[in-house]
Amino acid sequence: MTRKQRRLVMIGGSLAVLAVAAALVLNALRDSIVFFSTPSMVAEKHIAAGKRFRLGGLVQPGSLKRGDNLAVTFEVADGSAALPVAYKGILPDLFREGQGVVAEGALDQSGVFRADTVLAKHDETYMPKEVADALKKQGHWKDDYGKPSASAETQQVKGVMR
Amino acid sequence: MIAEAGHYALVLALGLALIQSVVPMLGARWGDVALMNVARSTALAQLLFVGASFTALVMLHVTSDFSVVNVFENSHSMKPLIYKITGVWGNHEGSMLLWVSILALFGGLVAAFGNNLPLTLRAHVLAVQAWIASAFYFFILLTSNPFLRIANPPIEGRDLNPVLQDVGLAVHPPMLYLGYVGFSISFSFAVAALIEGRIDAAWARWVRPWTLLAWIFLTLGIAMGSYWAYYELGWGGWWFWDPVENASLMPWLAGTALLHSAVVMEKRNALRVWTILLSILTFSLSLLGTFLVRSGVLTSVHAFATDPARGVFILLILCLFIGGSLSLYAARATSLKQGGLFAPISREGALVLNNLFLTTACATVFIGTLYPLALEVLTGDKISVGAPFFNLTFAPLFVPLMIAVPFGPSLAWKRGDLLGAAQRLTAAGILALIAIAVLWAWTRGGSSFAPLAIGLAVFVVAGALTDLAERIGLFRLPFGTSVQRARGLPRAAWGTAFAHAGVGIALIGIVCETTWNSEYIGTLKPGDIAKVAGYELKLDDIGQRQGPNFREMVARFTVGRDGNTLSVMTPSKRNFTTRGASTTEAALLTRGASQLYISLGDIAADGGIAVRIYHKPMVLLIWFGPVLMAFGGLLSLSDRRLRVGAPKPAKAARALQAAE
Repeated sequence: MTRKQRRLVMIGGSLAVLAVAAALVLNALRDSIVFFSTPSMVAEKHIAAGKRFRLGGLVQPGSLKRGDNLAVTFEVADGSAALPVAYKGILPDLFREGQGVVAEGALDQSGVFRADTVLAKHDETYMPKEVADALKKQGHWKDDYGKPSASAETQQVKGVMR
Repeated sequence: MIAEAGHYALVLALGLALIQSVVPMLGARWGDVALMNVARSTALAQLLFVGASFTALVMLHVTSDFSVVNVFENSHSMKPLIYKITGVWGNHEGSMLLWVSILALFGGLVAAFGNNLPLTLRAHVLAVQAWIASAFYFFILLTSNPFLRIANPPIEGRDLNPVLQDVGLAVHPPMLYLGYVGFSISFSFAVAALIEGRIDAAWARWVRPWTLLAWIFLTLGIAMGSYWAYYELGWGGWWFWDPVENASLMPWLAGTALLHSAVVMEKRNALRVWTILLSILTFSLSLLGTFLVRSGVLTSVHAFATDPARGVFILLILCLFIGGSLSLYAARATSLKQGGLFAPISREGALVLNNLFLTTACATVFIGTLYPLALEVLTGDKISVGAPFFNLTFAPLFVPLMIAVPFGPSLAWKRGDLLGAAQRLTAAGILALIAIAVLWAWTRGGSSFAPLAIGLAVFVVAGALTDLAERIGLFRLPFGTSVQRARGLPRAAWGTAFAHAGVGIALIGIVCETTWNSEYIGTLKPGDIAKVAGYELKLDDIGQRQGPNFREMVARFTVGRDGNTLSVMTPSKRNFTTRGASTTEAALLTRGASQLYISLGDIAADGGIAVRIYHKPMVLLIWFGPVLMAFGGLLSLSDRRLRVGAPKPAKAARALQAAE
């Protein structure tokens, strides 16, 4: 092989690997990213049943009901809309009524959000960053929701249904 | 008084770093040996002062001096001593101080052990090192001073984040920082080479041990962090593709590539320009990691505090160093002489392939980590890129890499024989096929992916062993000769085999854990029995206990199998009164390489308790693999060739004198 051919093999090989990687990335970005929505955004956008997304908002006080075998239902509200959520599993340590929460899952046919993951990923003011930003944007932010704290505390707890 | 002394020491370190940034550069330019030697003294003095500053902060935490903001916010007088010490870096200010301390440590090590470096190179390296140090000293002193006082000292502190009150904090951050910051040395060497416009095989020989050292620590640091998350967060996950984890994985991938390309450069004097670029990129990714974690653009367990001013400051440092070094690279790289070419099928070719896949995999992680941030800035949409993305991109890129791993060491330098290598690997291939067939038969109807993946892992492990066997002539030569040969084999060859086998072993653990993990989630009352993977777990009772700065609810489980009692497991849920926060302390029972895992949920109204029980087969291999890799790295580091460095007659004579 001449110098030129060798160089061509190297460059050709590299380009091939990069092309494969680019295809993989584009494909994965189309299929496997999850958007974040609040209940009022869900109402506006008419998200189809079965499409996965992350729902964020405040747990409606008084809405938490525990059923048999670790099944729980609660409502997530953002001041202008509320959405019922069903979950089966252990709720995170920092899950409280009236506090922020982020759940991942999809809507079912009856319009209930079936969560397979409930994250309580926030600091000690019980307010996830995404939820705080969304509430601020919609003008439902109250200052006592998130007092600036010097140290943040996070706990990510995940329950998986099989 | 201690706080002021610590603060003052840090200011002095900054002054020394500023001197070290300029004077040796001028010395190198003017050819003045005295000026160049200034770097050595200032680097050592810097280490002394930063060390003093760090010690001061440790003492403040140990003595619970709540008149210092940092201690007040992160400590508590009732906290056990070990957490008082580890709490020093369990917060933003302290962890940045640890960062610069380690930076100064590496600078000091180069100054102390760099006697065999050419004088100008050492001067340049230490000067670049001092630029980085100065930037971070400014950052600490201007935006995150750990020594600030409170006007009216409170009596009690606010305690450390309970999740961080664990031995993991004693090991994980220092290890990780030794890795992150260790790559600053290869960065400084690369920039110094660009400034000098000169680079040769000896350069690679000096850079390689430093890169290897940083890589060993980073490998252990990541593995340690993963195990910590596994047992502390309470749901048995060991890798979340969380941006903060990715921030540590990216420098690891780039660093692994650098380690391999430096071998090519040292042995064959090829790939020089690429090695320089990788050195720059690896440390740039470490800086990016620091930015992602410290700026607060991501909220996670690692983001201790969010303050926009800090984010902007680190972003500036990031742009300055990455932009600056890459511009220098663009301007100077063409002037470096290109190394020789080689056949695509050769050891060099295999290492290029390794680099290609590792950097591409690193790029996919980079995109997955930063795409959500970029999208939010551009469109305001909030998305999360999680495990599915990385499973679809990262995993497919790793498969060809894993297939290629055993071929690399069995190809010759310059021009290899692929057919010959394949013949040598036949045994390993057959072993892998047997593993696939057995697993397939065993788990009939199960996933077909798992047996294939494990087969691949077996191929990697067996391939690593085959290479050793080939080299020492096992079964081919008399046993005695083989043993003799094994003794004479360079330690680097042993290191390669161990590290490669470690990759395969970690893969076995990962596949087994994700495929055959079984779990039980439910509510148990005292006396109830849960059955998981053949084990019977009986909840005996639930009790309360008082810890030093927490109260905990402890559940006692008796674990049995086939009617025999094996052990008692006591998972608990701790409630930290000062912060009003609770943590879940999982109980682990190790059986071989597999583990039983129990974590507690809430108590229900009827007295039952929610529990999560997992059986995780072969889970320990996930962390045993990286330990093996690090051990391989250590063996390689102890290789005589690297220890001795580039031999110089004058140096040898001096060493003899010193010995007398």
